[in-house]
Amino acid sequence: MILDPRTPSGPLEQRWTKAKEEMRLVGPINRHKFKVIVVGTGLAGASVSATLGQQGYDVHTFTFHDSPRRAHSIAAQGGINAAKNYQNDGDSTWRLFYDTIKGGDYRARESNVYRLAQVSANIIDQCVAQGVPFAREYGGTLANRTFGGVLVSRTFYARGQTGQQLLLGAYSSLMREVHEKRVKLYTRYEMHDLIVKDGEAQGIVTRNLMTGELEAHTAHAVLLCTGGYTNVYYLSTTAMASNVSATWRAYKRGAFFGNPCYVQIHPTCIPVSGTYQSKLTLMSESLRNVGRVWVPRKAGDKRHPNEIPEDERIYFLEERYPTYSNMVPRDVASRNCQEWCNKGHGVGISGESVYLDFREAIAAEGEPTIRAKYGNLFHMYHKIMGEDPYKQPMKIYPGPHYVMGGLWVDYHLMSNVPGLFVLGEANFSDHGANRLGASALMQGLSDGYFVAPYTVANYLASKINTQPLSTDDEVCKEAIDNSRNTIDRLLKSKGNQSAESFHRRLGKILFDKVGITRTKEGLQEAIKEIQELRKDFWENVRVPGDANYVNQELEKAGRIIDFIEFGELMARDALHREESCGGHFRAEHETADGEAKRDDENYAYAAAWGFNGIDEEPTLNKDELKFEFAKLTQRSYK
Amino acid sequence: MSKSMKLTLHIWRQANRHAKGKFEVYTPSDLTDDMSILEMLDCLNDQLIADGKDPVTFEHDCREGICGTCGIMINGMAHGPDRGTTTCQLYLRRFKDGDTLVLEPWRAKAFPVIKDLLVDRAAFDRIQMAGGYISVNVGNAPEANSILIPKEVSSEAFEAAVCIGCGACVAACKNASAMLFVSAKVGHMSMMPQGRPERHDRVLNMVAQMDEEGFGSCTNTLECSAACPKEISPKWIQRLHGEYIQAATVTRR
Ligand SMILES: Cc1cc2nc3c(=O)[nH]c(=O)nc-3n(C[C@H](O)[C@H](O)[C@H](O)COP(=O)(O)OP(=O)(O)OC[C@H]3O[C@@H](n4cnc5c(N)ncnc54)[C@H](O)[C@@H]3O)c2cc1C
Ligand code: FES
Repeated sequence: MILDPRTPSGPLEQRWTKAKEEMRLVGPINRHKFKVIVVGTGLAGASVSATLGQQGYDVHTFTFHDSPRRAHSIAAQGGINAAKNYQNDGDSTWRLFYDTIKGGDYRARESNVYRLAQVSANIIDQCVAQGVPFAREYGGTLANRTFGGVLVSRTFYARGQTGQQLLLGAYSSLMREVHEKRVKLYTRYEMHDLIVKDGEAQGIVTRNLMTGELEAHTAHAVLLCTGGYTNVYYLSTTAMASNVSATWRAYKRGAFFGNPCYVQIHPTCIPVSGTYQSKLTLMSESLRNVGRVWVPRKAGDKRHPNEIPEDERIYFLEERYPTYSNMVPRDVASRNCQEWCNKGHGVGISGESVYLDFREAIAAEGEPTIRAKYGNLFHMYHKIMGEDPYKQPMKIYPGPHYVMGGLWVDYHLMSNVPGLFVLGEANFSDHGANRLGASALMQGLSDGYFVAPYTVANYLASKINTQPLSTDDEVCKEAIDNSRNTIDRLLKSKGNQSAESFHRRLGKILFDKVGITRTKEGLQEAIKEIQELRKDFWENVRVPGDANYVNQELEKAGRIIDFIEFGELMARDALHREESCGGHFRAEHETADGEAKRDDENYAYAAAWGFNGIDEEPTLNKDELKFEFAKLTQRSYK
Repeated sequence: MSKSMKLTLHIWRQANRHAKGKFEVYTPSDLTDDMSILEMLDCLNDQLIADGKDPVTFEHDCREGICGTCGIMINGMAHGPDRGTTTCQLYLRRFKDGDTLVLEPWRAKAFPVIKDLLVDRAAFDRIQMAGGYISVNVGNAPEANSILIPKEVSSEAFEAAVCIGCGACVAACKNASAMLFVSAKVGHMSMMPQGRPERHDRVLNMVAQMDEEGFGSCTNTLECSAACPKEISPKWIQRLHGEYIQAATVTRR
């Protein structure tokens, strides 16, 4: 099936304005009659809840966290992009658009990306007005830094904790709406299923994590803002609880999954050390502004880094990409790091890391300046590694970090199931096959503050004079039973292995075979191995306790079985895409000089998979990408 | 290389809000010095599950010191012995082979224990709700650089804004006072020009809510600041007093 993304036509810069003008509105006196469910309180969920609340809709917001402020967005470090051109260095809406399309290796929709670039400036205005303490210059104006894949300084930041400051801004706006009783907040509630009736999304099933109670909540529209699924790899930079369940269960109810194989492996993570290591810690991309990446020229050189003289080091990014040097996009940097390690130049005990060196920056700018800008990252590194990065280079290695894939949405951020909207990292929309640094925060807030409030209203306008579905309806009962059955099945399993042990095994299959470099054989093996793992899970997992009170193992097991099922879809998507683009690198498809080789003739589309049953092959639907403004070229950072 | 370690763990086990809890003793195998405290609990839980026992419930998420979800008393100290460190950032290499660790939940009337090491900190959200915001609707914001803020002012406000809402300040205080938390929130917002218009109502409402939640009063022992993983200064408490007095005198209620 060819999908209709409902993109407007006409000049690129007028499309969003035109679309907004054509949208239907809901008058202020009617808004309270419309009930909207928001799942998630990260940047996307908190911002859209607050905005719809301010406008007067009856908003019901759910999170499995104990507080909205704990959402994973809190962990974002480096910054948020906006085309303000405060540095007068040639930035513009067009350039942010173009950088994003090119950075995503021409696999995103032009209309969406242009809109994102247009509203980026409003985001900064909104956040500043909320009191977000962005970094500033001595004159009192806002400061900027540079991120990968671009040649301008357009990233706004709040030391190394931009995500926390932006989320606290959105959270405080949300809490104001809760106080005003325009948003009802449900914390420690996990969405278990999507309720679909007459082909439309009309509610969700939740489990109260404190009491175990399953309930149906119905509404005129459901907004999923549930974040990304990077944790499918087990070891990733995302928070431990981040998962795919909300979007995966919506997929099983008919929503299409877009580009599940597009994953971003971030070049600068603290490398794996112990067997019980539970997660990877990111060292922000902003460090590549001042740090230089290198390995010893001689393979297997075991000397202390400070003893390796300058001419015996190879600064491989600077050599291969003189224009962007250490600031190439993430996919390019990660692949190069892995290549050098595979050739035996890797450092550290496992040989699976490269150096990120600050010696020159410290000498040039002084330790206090570096400390002021990056102190918390250096501190984090020191804690974990027990080595002082002011005195010796950091060791870093690529790790799964972000997913460009997610539920398929049209220009209105609505999925193919009417009434189901998807915002933030949970959707597949704006980053193509690779996301540029500092663009996820921008997208989450753009979706939540500036896009969905219009497009959701447009949808609601067609529902005037209708009531939300009764929670006694048969479909609600069926959905609750469905959730209960899964829970019972987990608790009844008679094995003796923890759910987590299956997650570790899944992660290894995926990192090795659906990771930085993929091959046809590897992907075919991965599909088989994941199917076996799923079988093994149901035979050998053990979930202690019962379903009537807090049971963290039960929560975890439910998320892990979804990851296992989903992992198979990732591998299938990667197998079908016979080209390399951005983060999806197929060894069979590379250019003569080893870069990703796209096949625009056959693959210039977003793949949107439809569910047919757990043991059936999914259906491939296509969202054809048209490039009317950005010229399709081989991406070059040389 | 990682070194293996033996530790004796005394862990608070409590089945639910109303149950009477007690300490249980565990000596998990396979511990190494490069594990964090939370990874040690993961390791213990794997062993408890394999033995058919109930794993220890504890809360955590980012595991890199920013989300504020983790937090336990370790040998009587909130987040353990190191300054400026959350529980998830504390590694076993900090302890000696053979040591005994006593792990307990935050203890405060306003933070009831839900299970084992997991407590309910929703009181913080309710304090935030009472006034911890700047009222600006989407669409109302002026151009960002039209509000000039001296670098010193924004840097200082930032020192308060770094609060991760973990509750260690409350847990460390013998009165279970939430003054450091409230003062950081009030301090950040009232320093920024954007937060000025509502500053009086904000401080009065947040303090009133804090009292209602059952947090204790502040007697200036400053344990809060010593335990704060973000090392928020006690000067914000002094400022809070100032803000409060000013607000109480100008606002007639
Ligand atoms: C370490 C790190 C650093 C980063 N740094 C940057 C950066 O500098 N710049 C940048 O632009 N991007 C950065 N990113 C990416 C960015 O942080 C995320 O993409 C973005 O914050 C996602 O926001 P979100 O609102 O979509 O989802 P999240 O913030 O992940 O929120 C998801 C929400 O959904 C809820 N939820 C999920 N499932 C359910 C369910 N079933 N039931 C109920 N609730 C549910 C959760 O409780 C949570 O509230 C970083 C990411 C990482 C991992
Ligand atoms: S788990 Fe997030 S601060 Fe420790």
